[in-house]
Amino acid sequence: MSSAIEIAAAVQSGERSAIEVLEEHLGAISERESEVHAFNLVTTDQAIAAATAVDELVAKGGPLGPLAGVPVAIKDNLCTRGVATTCSSKILEGWVPPYDATVVTRLAAAGAIMVGKTNMDEFAMGSSTENSAFGPTRNPHDLSRVPGGSSGGSAAAVAAGFAPISLGSDTGGSIRQPAALCGVVGVKPTYGTVSRLGLVAFGSSLDQVGPFANSVAEAALVCEVIGGHDPGDSTSLPQAFPAVSEHLSDGVAGMRIGLITEMMGEGIAPDVAQRIRVAAERLAAAGAEVEEVSVPAVAYGLSAYYLVAPAEASSNLSRYDGVRYGLRVEAPTTGEMMELTRTAGFGDEVKRRIMLGTYALSAGYYDAFYGTALKVRTLIRRDFDAAYERFDALLSPTSPTTAFAFGDKTADPMSMYLNDVCTIATNLAGHPAMSVPYGLGADGMPVGAQVLAPALGEVAMFRVAAVLEGSLA
Amino acid sequence: MTDPTSPERTDAPLSTSERITTEQVAKVAKLARLRLTDEELTRFTGQLGDVLEHAADLDLLDLEGVEPMAQPIPLANVFRKDVPGPILDRDEVLAVAPAAEDGFFRVPPVLGESE
Repeated sequence: MSSAIEIAAAVQSGERSAIEVLEEHLGAISERESEVHAFNLVTTDQAIAAATAVDELVAKGGPLGPLAGVPVAIKDNLCTRGVATTCSSKILEGWVPPYDATVVTRLAAAGAIMVGKTNMDEFAMGSSTENSAFGPTRNPHDLSRVPGGSSGGSAAAVAAGFAPISLGSDTGGSIRQPAALCGVVGVKPTYGTVSRLGLVAFGSSLDQVGPFANSVAEAALVCEVIGGHDPGDSTSLPQAFPAVSEHLSDGVAGMRIGLITEMMGEGIAPDVAQRIRVAAERLAAAGAEVEEVSVPAVAYGLSAYYLVAPAEASSNLSRYDGVRYGLRVEAPTTGEMMELTRTAGFGDEVKRRIMLGTYALSAGYYDAFYGTALKVRTLIRRDFDAAYERFDALLSPTSPTTAFAFGDKTADPMSMYLNDVCTIATNLAGHPAMSVPYGLGADGMPVGAQVLAPALGEVAMFRVAAVLEGSLA
Repeated sequence: MTDPTSPERTDAPLSTSERITTEQVAKVAKLARLRLTDEELTRFTGQLGDVLEHAADLDLLDLEGVEPMAQPIPLANVFRKDVPGPILDRDEVLAVAPAAEDGFFRVPPVLGESE
């Protein structure tokens, strides 16, 4: 399969038609989708119409966007006008958004062709895509294992060749961890650089949309297409996305890169840690100064996150009450209708987080739980800031293990949450981070290296990622 | 936000808080408009207790004088100009609602015997 960049060039030059590219990918989908289950919905008809429109533009001589004719898979928590958006939840059954998310509009304007809506953990709450109301997605590298989550469908779609690029959302690692487990690149940009308008809200101060791709260069291009100020999102930074593509071949000579001590010890599988040490050595060989650095407060990220994210979720998910969208379970009064609708519509993990958040925000507990967590968030930010005084970028594993088997962690939510131990602190700080495939673990499954950078430090982050990618070849 | 005289008030550190009880979880479920079976109540109480117990490690940190951080970016009070622009089409919005009538969302009676 060709890369997004090759496809766009071929479509722009008239060498290939968008329809021909689309048919190739629909063919890959029909071959393996029944075993992978990356999609909640394959939008064949809309895709054919969009590809035909791109081909008509080519015939007229343009103008053509940078992703002309490139198939893209969209996580099912991004609103798509006229196309069902479910968040893999029964509670949104039957709902069709009356508008497009800004990132969806921008991809379409760039010429990308949406091929479908991808499966996910319900409302993006999970690390394995096992919490989907429509059944799990399987890891294309080994169907007996999870793809990671919550954006497991988007990661699997790229890994299986269903689309060269896809979009996910990352609240505590939901792009980076599945990218690592499926052996693809996944980027969580700086909070505020990519519009959240039309992204179904989970943890509003943490959520960020970002891409999956098979290469660092493709991921960079997608970030530049979807990023930049959106007046429709009040948390959108009033500036363009950092110009990352033009710096991909700058190298790392003279850069200072810190290997995070707290993410290399206890709880990290030895084969995963070993791959990250190899990554550090190769960065040093490429001319970077690489040293270990302690970022002490990140050890408390998990605890702070599992108070902050559920608190925000409990508030955001109060809107699912059977009145305005999706499911309604009929009852004699509105109060009963709301209770029965929410009880029938939400899965266990969503219920757990709503209750945890409601508890953390309730009178008498607010200061002890939510208030404490917000202060810890400040400490995490401070410790990162201190590290970034000495380093341009940081390095760690993305996930403590390679992909695990179905059912391994579903009975014990705490064991599932521990999967996010390397990714969560980034969201609390609002910083960017990305996962780059870095070889295989002892079980032959992909390992991801995580590159972290300070807010708006995407150029440094992508430079390191590009060198890592090149050092594997 | 908190009544200092409330018998529920606890500024005790997380680690010395009592483990969450089934009564508390039942109350929280009611506040969140969720109905739990007895089995769910027992299971969720244990699972929520585990998460809160893990969170008790935050007590190891010195948070004296640390400002809370509710969101990560230095933007505040972002307003747009108060000029009319395109909005969602009402019929399109109501067409995907569970029930609508005369241009409004329709709900069952708000006041009823069981409320």
